[in-house]
Amino acid sequence: MQLDPLVKQAMEQIAAAADLAALDRLRVQYLGKKGVLTDALRQLKDLSPEARPKAGQAVNQAKQQVHQAIEARRQALEAAALEARLARERIDVTLPGRGQTTGGLHPVTLTLERIEELFARIGYEVAEGPEIEDNYHNFEALNIPENHPARAMHDTFYIDAETLLRTHTSPVQVHVMQSRKPPLRVIAPGRVYRCDSDVTHTPMFHQVEGFMVDENVSFTDLKGMLSDFLRAFFDKELNVRFRPSYFPFTEPSAEVDIECVICGGAGCRVCSQTGWLEIMGCGMIHPQVFKHVGIDNEQFTGFAFGLGVERMAMLRYGVNDLRLFFENDLRFLRQFN
Amino acid sequence: MKFNEQWLREWVDPPVGSEELCEQLTMAGLEVEAVEPVASGFSGVVVGKVLSVAPHPQADRLQVCQVDVGEGEPLGIVCGARNVAPGMLAPVARVGARLGDDFTIKKARLRGVESQGMLCSAAELGLAEQSEGLMSLPEGARPGDDFRDFLQLDDVSIELGLTPNRSDCLGVAGIAREVGVINRSPVTEVDTAPVSATADAVFPIEVEDPRACPRYVGRVIAGVNARAQTPLWMQERLRRSGLRSISPVVDVTNYVMLELGQPMHAFDLDKLERGVRVRMAREGETIELLDGQQVTLAGNTLVIADAGKAIAMAGIMGGQETAVGDDTRTLFLESAFFSPQAIAGRARQYGLHTDSSHRFERGVDPELAVRAMERATRLLLEITGGEAGPVVEVTDAASLPRHDPITLRAARLRRLLGAAIPRPEVTEILRRLGFQVRESEGESWEVVSSSARFDIAIEADLIEEVARIHGYNHLPDSRPAARLAIESAAATTTRDRRMRLLLADRGYQEAITYSFVDTALQSLLDPEQTPIELANPISSETAVMRTSLWPGLVQAVMHNLNRQQRRARLFETGRKYLRKEGRIVEQPVVAGAVTGLVSPEQWGMENREVDYFDLKGDVEALLALGGSAAQGVRFSATGLHPALHPGQAARLLLEDGATVGWLGVLHPRVSKALKLDQNILVFEVSSNIMGGERVPVFHELSKFPAIRRDLAIIVDEDVPAASIRACIEETAGETLQQLQLFDVYHGKGIDSGKKSVALGLTLQAFSRTLTDSEIDALIARVLQQLQNTFAATLRE
Repeated sequence: MQLDPLVKQAMEQIAAAADLAALDRLRVQYLGKKGVLTDALRQLKDLSPEARPKAGQAVNQAKQQVHQAIEARRQALEAAALEARLARERIDVTLPGRGQTTGGLHPVTLTLERIEELFARIGYEVAEGPEIEDNYHNFEALNIPENHPARAMHDTFYIDAETLLRTHTSPVQVHVMQSRKPPLRVIAPGRVYRCDSDVTHTPMFHQVEGFMVDENVSFTDLKGMLSDFLRAFFDKELNVRFRPSYFPFTEPSAEVDIECVICGGAGCRVCSQTGWLEIMGCGMIHPQVFKHVGIDNEQFTGFAFGLGVERMAMLRYGVNDLRLFFENDLRFLRQFN
Repeated sequence: MKFNEQWLREWVDPPVGSEELCEQLTMAGLEVEAVEPVASGFSGVVVGKVLSVAPHPQADRLQVCQVDVGEGEPLGIVCGARNVAPGMLAPVARVGARLGDDFTIKKARLRGVESQGMLCSAAELGLAEQSEGLMSLPEGARPGDDFRDFLQLDDVSIELGLTPNRSDCLGVAGIAREVGVINRSPVTEVDTAPVSATADAVFPIEVEDPRACPRYVGRVIAGVNARAQTPLWMQERLRRSGLRSISPVVDVTNYVMLELGQPMHAFDLDKLERGVRVRMAREGETIELLDGQQVTLAGNTLVIADAGKAIAMAGIMGGQETAVGDDTRTLFLESAFFSPQAIAGRARQYGLHTDSSHRFERGVDPELAVRAMERATRLLLEITGGEAGPVVEVTDAASLPRHDPITLRAARLRRLLGAAIPRPEVTEILRRLGFQVRESEGESWEVVSSSARFDIAIEADLIEEVARIHGYNHLPDSRPAARLAIESAAATTTRDRRMRLLLADRGYQEAITYSFVDTALQSLLDPEQTPIELANPISSETAVMRTSLWPGLVQAVMHNLNRQQRRARLFETGRKYLRKEGRIVEQPVVAGAVTGLVSPEQWGMENREVDYFDLKGDVEALLALGGSAAQGVRFSATGLHPALHPGQAARLLLEDGATVGWLGVLHPRVSKALKLDQNILVFEVSSNIMGGERVPVFHELSKFPAIRRDLAIIVDEDVPAASIRACIEETAGETLQQLQLFDVYHGKGIDSGKKSVALGLTLQAFSRTLTDSEIDALIARVLQQLQNTFAATLRE
């Protein structure tokens, strides 16, 4: 048997095999059970014992050669097929993705959550109270009797003579203190209402009321805690100052000013050139309020504070028009996603 | 309270500049709201004396004046003012004077005559809104003097935003007292010594209600010249304090009010009958007020009356009929103490607010009445002349405000403030504030407040005073100490927070809408509820409390549709307000409104309008957050909401049948009424059912294989899928692990009025492998039951 021409022919055919199927047919043709080289191996038995080893070696060599050629060709074909597939499957990965995009939360909610989180870190819990209140909780229990000038400043929405929309979140103080005993650390976020609507007032807005009652809560504690809070909220080492003020339900009372976050205290339109922004009210809970809720004014002391959420949001995000918060324009809302 | 700095400095003149003075006031609790120069920054204006006035040769209305300006030759000035006269002193803007940023006086020829400057009116100098003729200056003004110096115009008006407790600072005297305390500076009082009577005239005073009017002081001043001119210095102070000069008598009463804080009133005595009576108004009694308003009085209003009728609303406003006019010869001057309780709220009741009511309802020092009377008398006699009668005072001492001693304990001071203030400093602060202070044994003080203060009644009030004057910012900062107990988490906030995040992640934008809505819009979207109405709404768009979040959300969607945003997904968490059995209920809900394409516009995906099932998917995801109540919610097609499409809406029911929400497409009738050209879909779910923590319960996993069998059945069109599912679940029992409804088909091959429903049943037993015969038997049972219940047939 002439092996060399056979191997040569096989090599040519393998090199010409266009795909894996053709290659497999060649494998069967040469190396399969009835393959030409398999057959050649079988014919060795007809040779003389002397000639057999040499011829056997030659056939095995040829088999080996063909086998290697087929394997090499297989790998080349596979690599080419993969290349082709990859080229075929190429996409423009810069095209936009599919499906729903995410929405987002309202800036007032984001601000409320930030405030809640900061107070939660020092153990404040969240309480809620009714928005439709009675005169007692909104005014009287907070030491604002009928005809008190402070009532006139509240521009109250009434449902009837006794029922009103709460003008502040302070009544939650009363609800909580009526039903629970100190120690208390509570913040009460929520909607409040005043009969006032212009460029800088909306008839509804949000406040957070907070208070702490325990045996030795002091005014310097209040100062320290609120200074920490304001610096944490604005994420800045702000100057904070406390200015004497008046709220019927605290004594002493203070307004809290921060260094203007817009101009850094240099004076600008937002702070009316003063360098300061009035940001919240606070004070030590008035003995009269404790009396209304049955807390012993000698055993316990407490402080309370309140702030406007929209104002905090405006300052943090640089929003310049309060009314935008309630128009729910998507172009506005999406800016906070 | 507005006043000018120079006036204050006449009373107290601490060594601090304007800016620091204002800072001090603010930090003492008297917030400075505005500081404004009392005149614009003009320059080059001097006092001039008109020597002669001659007619202008070319113009009838102009005159040529020779004006002495103190130096050199008199100036020739052309002037058109009617009141110009020889001998008159008036401001002269000389050539080169600047009256405004781009207004410089130049030498000019007016109709052929040279004018070397301008004679000025008050308005031209920015000292009045309008004026007629030249500003006439009083005797004593020296020609050539700088006009700014002459009028002391380098001064500022300071406006305080006073809190209602600080009525004691509604007069320059009170502010001076504070400044004195802060700076430890002496305060100079004005002369309020008695002015001896030079006439006998008295007018009887009778106080019927001494509790409302504990003190009434009156005095007759006869022979006044009510046409006299208010002196320029007083006019200027009034102007700088925000009041207009009206007439000398009114100006004096206003001046004393600004100076001392005591509101006063002057009556024309000749118009009064017999005597004054301070009494409560008779219900329905009428009075014409100074501002021309006719008022019908209520019985709770204190009035000043004469023998006949009410002549003034006490402490609020005088009456027109008895007002002082140009021809008034005899005054009856009133200076009273009306108790705050008697005045508070009364002015508001009539829609009034006056400088007087503002002070009386906050509290006027009762000790001021007589002093103010003397001060006003002195000023009036100077300006209008006349003879003063004796002061008549009616006081009911028992009705005057009481000032009982208050004990201030050093320990309490330290505990409430959190810092100690040295004892001598405390004593000094309290004394300077005008309180009577006695240091007592055992680290405390006995303090009697001053009659000027209506806000000092308890120990805490004194603590505030001490802290305020010491300076809040001079106290240290500390941190509260608290017991570190673990409290249970506040369920509502975590619940709402999780719901909000879920919806935001599903492409919703959170909205916050008003709690009050438009009556008509709400009755369109929630017609079956009677909303709670506001008694005093701002507008009809915010007149009723929402009974649903849909009005607000739909309005927000429409706001966006009107701004080319055709796709919107909005949600809100908040309360709705209902009346149930007469009680007001605030019910927390979560609601949403969507419109437009289901997904944002995209290049590689078939898009379509959002539909019921998209929304239902969102609602189901929301319910999956909730506890067992939310898990058990059913979607029912019966008893639908009037604002929703009857065929594309569902009611959310709890297992006990209670309605807890809605979802669906807005009814075409509603869309039409809203002039919508695309569908809006809405949902609302009660947040209360979302509560209750659901602790997962572990079930062991089966080790045996699960088998899936698919069934396609044909049923009547109107058989609800939920009923088919329920029927299969009940029949198959616990072997059924999962039930997928994977196709609903109408059309070719299915009779009209019928539909094909394809279901995949995943079956598995816990303890063994299910045999084919067991499965076949179970499927046969299911089919039989479906046939019995819905006349279902197996689709071939």
